[in-house]
Amino acid sequence: MSLDLDKGRDEVAPEELTAVPVRHWGRWIGAGLVIALLAMVVWAFANAKINWNVVGDYLTYDRIMEGALNTLWITVCAMVLGLVLGMLLAVMRLSDNPVLSSVAYGYIWFFRGTPVLVQLVLWYNLSYIFDTVNLGFYKNEMNDVMTPFLAALLGLGLNEAAYMAEIARAGIKSVDSGQTEAAQALGMNGTKTMRRIVLPQAMRVIIPPSGNEFINMLKTSSLASVIYFDELFRAGDTISSRNLAVMEMMMVVSVWYLLLTTVFSIGQYYLERHFAKGSDREQPPTPLRRLRQQLTTFRTKSRVGGETV
Amino acid sequence: MSDTDDTPMVKAERVHKSFGAVEVLKGIDLQVRRGEVFCVVGPSGSGKSTFLRCINHLEKINAGRLYVDGELVGYRQRGNKLYEMREREVAAQRRDIGMVFQRFNLFPHMTAAENVMEAPVQVKGLPKAEARERAEELLERVGLGDRADHYPAQLSGGQQQRVAIARALAMDPKLMLFDEPTSALDPELVGEVLDVMRALAEDGMTMIVVTHEMGFAREVGDSLVFMDEGVVVESGHPREVLTNPRHERTKAFLSKVL
Repeated sequence: MSLDLDKGRDEVAPEELTAVPVRHWGRWIGAGLVIALLAMVVWAFANAKINWNVVGDYLTYDRIMEGALNTLWITVCAMVLGLVLGMLLAVMRLSDNPVLSSVAYGYIWFFRGTPVLVQLVLWYNLSYIFDTVNLGFYKNEMNDVMTPFLAALLGLGLNEAAYMAEIARAGIKSVDSGQTEAAQALGMNGTKTMRRIVLPQAMRVIIPPSGNEFINMLKTSSLASVIYFDELFRAGDTISSRNLAVMEMMMVVSVWYLLLTTVFSIGQYYLERHFAKGSDREQPPTPLRRLRQQLTTFRTKSRVGGETV
Repeated sequence: MSDTDDTPMVKAERVHKSFGAVEVLKGIDLQVRRGEVFCVVGPSGSGKSTFLRCINHLEKINAGRLYVDGELVGYRQRGNKLYEMREREVAAQRRDIGMVFQRFNLFPHMTAAENVMEAPVQVKGLPKAEARERAEELLERVGLGDRADHYPAQLSGGQQQRVAIARALAMDPKLMLFDEPTSALDPELVGEVLDVMRALAEDGMTMIVVTHEMGFAREVGDSLVFMDEGVVVESGHPREVLTNPRHERTKAFLSKVL
């Protein structure tokens, strides 16, 4: 027994007391284990038979860059198609017209219920069942019309529309019905109410999952390689069948996918900020602003209880 | 129709409204004169809010006739049938009727000024600069000239409701509907909204006010109806009805709220 304890509780003056925080031994053990595991992985890769020079060389190789550009292009096109068609389907599903809402439901049922890979192959081989396209004003051989790009666009975009429709529907339904009533009471018609009042508020709910869909699409577009669309994965795959550096080429491809998804994650952050307008009392600072703030005030950064140490 | 003619601003004849099997309005008859403040009181579920919402066709009536300024609301009569109007025609009728909601229903993604500008710009096609100027005037009028660029989330309940009143006034309505405008407010914020409404009444605006504020009804109201279970139980001058209720149901209700 120490002397202090023998003194009894009341003999220590309150201001002399210090609080001792709980020690988290479990955290130290957990962190140590994870670091050890990570080190093992790094060691394994450092000693693996990877030709890092090949990875570096091919990172900016023409065909790879073209592939990345095509991946980006088909992703943007398919997402735009999916977004527009998805919005339309969402409005149809919410419509009072039973035919419109059933058709929208049927569309979603079919396109969500079959694998996108199957849909891609179906579009690409459409000439087996229709050898000509005849739209009245436009007539051509199906084989000339259905290029890998168009097949990829239709396969990915129409599939995406089914998912976007559900996301948009959830967004539209999340807007309080009082908003529609207020707009109608002011004499706005249904279209204006939707465009000016409901959709801008629905966007807050729609954007986060849409960003997710976009990033998914960047990766799912690699499936279009099976219908000979020259996107990123196909570029890497083709090269690897010549230089036999399969793992190296897949690493090159992965780096590019990571780069694309990272850039879009950042874009999504700013888009969400824009549509959060009016929902919070104050907008949080952007990461850039936060960084700048930290750099300019780093001297007073370490604070304890409001006092500079 | 000029302000001097004596067609009532609102006239209801045997107005019926049902939600499914539940009959909410069981034949409402009443008249609202031009320039008067018409108060509607009654217990919740009495149909008073529903009746108010029928006046600008947010709810469709099932039978009877409802006129605003001599025109049938939302329907056209041919023979013994009422034909519902198209959306465009209903929207046109609503332009002249302002409405203030219990829960404000301001557009949260727009600033106070943008809320007020929205309908004049989108519906009437007013140039933005002109609408902005007018919005600032109206916000000044409800005592919020310095809050024009605040978003609703940055305003108190009382301030939001005053913006909502300015938004309704921006369309130069001939009739204003108030659906329990102070029921969602903290007690200390009720006064500022009632002050704005009082000033509006003094300017001669025709107002129909569904309210639980008996003090306001007594001071500002020109007429009052007490509704219960979908019918008008009693009507008359507010002071008379509130101090000397004749009907048992009115007495029972007033003894609880006064």
